[in-house]
Amino acid sequence: MFSLRNHLSTPNPHRLASAVAREDEHLLVAAAKSGDVAAFEELVSRYERKIFRLTMNITRNREDAEDAMQDAFLKSYSHLKTFQGESRFYTWLVRIAANEALMRLRKRRPGQFSLDEPIEGDEDLMPRELQDWGPGPEQRFAQTEMREILSSVIDELEPDYRTVFVLRDIEELSTEETADAVGISVPAVKSRLLRARLKLRQKLDRYFHQGRTN
Amino acid sequence: MNCDDVVHELSNFLDGELEPSLTRELESHLKDCTDCKLVVDQTKKTIQVFCDCEPVELPGEVRARLHDALRRKFKEAAH
Repeated sequence: MFSLRNHLSTPNPHRLASAVAREDEHLLVAAAKSGDVAAFEELVSRYERKIFRLTMNITRNREDAEDAMQDAFLKSYSHLKTFQGESRFYTWLVRIAANEALMRLRKRRPGQFSLDEPIEGDEDLMPRELQDWGPGPEQRFAQTEMREILSSVIDELEPDYRTVFVLRDIEELSTEETADAVGISVPAVKSRLLRARLKLRQKLDRYFHQGRTN
Repeated sequence: MNCDDVVHELSNFLDGELEPSLTRELESHLKDCTDCKLVVDQTKKTIQVFCDCEPVELPGEVRARLHDALRRKFKEAAH
């Protein structure tokens, strides 16, 4: 059996997550595939916060986000032997979690999430009445307040746009991986991503423009 | 390249997917257009603030449910 501890040197064998660097992810995966459940739990502990953020960002519903996260980890365990290591384990996990979250989003809001291709037109995307944000506009807010602002603005974004933004810009999936995860074409991902970024910029402008009094 | 072209190519530019000649045209436009420079810089900042925001701790009861479910799964798999 593959032994994780033969490959890792850590002062505290009971607290692997803090000691194992990101590049050692493949060692944990190899150990988990060999039946080491502690290694799999370590992977879960490492990524549970990020996966919950992802499912929460897509569903915007606490109950659905919890269920999607839990099912994503359970499914990833069930299908671990099929993971071939062609991408990072985290990327593979994100795709499973995104799928779980999207299923719940579509069920809860039928018709609000579209697989349709975007209609490319001569739409005027140029923002109006631009105002300077000054340097480091986010530094004018405490971390908790900043989290609330980001949660609020992403909540206002339509699910089609929000999902693509979350997968591409927060989870850093490639355009192709995002297209595959959402079930839309690459041009559709690009179109939605551009609009999502512009809409979020506009929404953040309410908080970031200089001269705004907190 | 005009302002509309810049906005339409904004994502490709920010993602480094714009071909070199168009990148040079866009950068040249930004030198003379304050509005487009604001749009580019603010969109870049928008992406950055979301990326920099660390996820919050998982609520204790959510984590407990998750790990209980995992342990049940491990037991099932062992039989």
